[in-house]
Amino acid sequence: MTQSAVDPKIRRSGRWVFVTGVALLVIWVLLPIWLLFVNALSTPEEVAAFPKSLWPSFDLASLSFFFGFSGVADALLNSVLVACATMILSIGIGAPAGYAMSRFDFAGKELFRFLVVMTRAFPLPLLALPLAVMFIRTGLDDTILGLALVHTTLALPFAVLITFSLFSGIPLELEEAAWTLGCTRLQAFIKVILPLAAPGIAASAVFAFVISWNEVFAAAVLTIENRTLTAFLLQSLDVSPLPLKFAGGAALVMPALIFIFAVRKYLFAMWGIANR
Amino acid sequence: MSRMLPYMLLLPATAFLCLFFLYPFSLVAIDSVTRDGVYSLENFQRMAGHWKFGSAFWNTMLLAAAVVPVQLVLALTMASIVSKLQTGRSTILYIFAIPLGISDLAAGLIWLSIFEQSGFLNSFLVGLGILDKPMLLLGYQTHWIIFLAIVLAEVWRATAIMMVILVAGMGLIPKEYGEAAQVFGATRWQRFYKVTLPMLKPSLQTALILRVILAFEVFAVVVALGGTQVPVLMSETYQWQFALQDRGVAAALAMVILGVSVAFTLLILRLLHVPKEARP
Repeated sequence: MTQSAVDPKIRRSGRWVFVTGVALLVIWVLLPIWLLFVNALSTPEEVAAFPKSLWPSFDLASLSFFFGFSGVADALLNSVLVACATMILSIGIGAPAGYAMSRFDFAGKELFRFLVVMTRAFPLPLLALPLAVMFIRTGLDDTILGLALVHTTLALPFAVLITFSLFSGIPLELEEAAWTLGCTRLQAFIKVILPLAAPGIAASAVFAFVISWNEVFAAAVLTIENRTLTAFLLQSLDVSPLPLKFAGGAALVMPALIFIFAVRKYLFAMWGIANR
Repeated sequence: MSRMLPYMLLLPATAFLCLFFLYPFSLVAIDSVTRDGVYSLENFQRMAGHWKFGSAFWNTMLLAAAVVPVQLVLALTMASIVSKLQTGRSTILYIFAIPLGISDLAAGLIWLSIFEQSGFLNSFLVGLGILDKPMLLLGYQTHWIIFLAIVLAEVWRATAIMMVILVAGMGLIPKEYGEAAQVFGATRWQRFYKVTLPMLKPSLQTALILRVILAFEVFAVVVALGGTQVPVLMSETYQWQFALQDRGVAAALAMVILGVSVAFTLLILRLLHVPKEARP
């Protein structure tokens, strides 16, 4: 290594700059979240008061006000239901396609891949506009399933590309060994491939959940009675009191923190392939 | 049977994308150029004639122009830091990636807690004695502060996705290239500029396309921080669909957003062209 030629004093100060830089970036990411939680964990009076303290009083009044507010519990339940339906739909539809792309060479493969990648070049929430009419005709308007279908359009391309990379990472030889031992293709898939791919599939399912959980525009366009939490908060933004907004924000952020933590190992492997 | 198998596996996804992606797109395109069932450009005329359209269009462009370059630099810095870290790498990565899971609405609310009148920024400024009483930061008289708050919230929230793509891309670059450059006496900066950056082109392309398109979709952050004071294309689409109940004009706006997105996607593909053989 040529680095030994550098004066140790310069190296030490370089190290100091590096550490400070990392610390500043960590603060930049975490401080705003902390401030939101300070508000969410203070009483409504403290939230409206001035000046603000940087430490919450750990009072649950704001949160209980939020959860007791009419419509919030339903919105929260709707958000969870839509996100779960999106998760099941996008993996159920996307994973077979990802498997097919990783294991077979067939005519039209590139075309399909192009269709999937192309969806990323469009602002997908706008699809909600024409679908609103189509859903009224088919009775899907203002339903959990209707919204989940739109969110699946958002999550499906990711599900296909991620499972494609997952299955590509599992050697074909394992499957072939199972076939020679008398397994059918389906049995080999269930007994050999699925256990290996399961954690990655779970991670991409979580990713689909987060996409749906966070989506605002389509949810606000497509639901009226059965609002999700994001749509509910957006709709009541200009009329709701501050404690409601901040407690709502905290309720939106909380699952995201947990989910990103749960999939952190897969995040980069997933994107490494989904890139291309 | 086995020749049909891949097609059967692809069928659900293909059918789904045709039904919920291609079909609605043709519908929104038709909606935008028809009025009461007849072909007409009235929707576009109404849209362009509306007093808010100009400012919505330019606000969207200006926001993208302000946010994306900052994000690019910040994401590159974060990704380089992460790839150099020896201890605590996974913890730092997790922290940097957190905003990835946070919605634009939540990000808007987070920055609202900082910028609202009794919020943390005012507390801080008064505490330091810079202000003697809290000022209204997000009012109509201080348009530029609203804009600044939106930019900060967007940079804060959406840098993570770029960072993750770039970290993944950096992982694909063989270490030998950097080491070879080092042997020939390249400095740290030269190695970054002459080796890492060119090799990172495909990831930069993906990251930029994704981010620019998402920047044109900016919506909830703007509504949370600025209400209706800073119109953007997406919030105007929402307004036309709901408040004004005019599906045709909303569709026309959707076509404008689509057109801008496609134009910029092509531009980025062109500028960051990667020959097929050079892909890692």
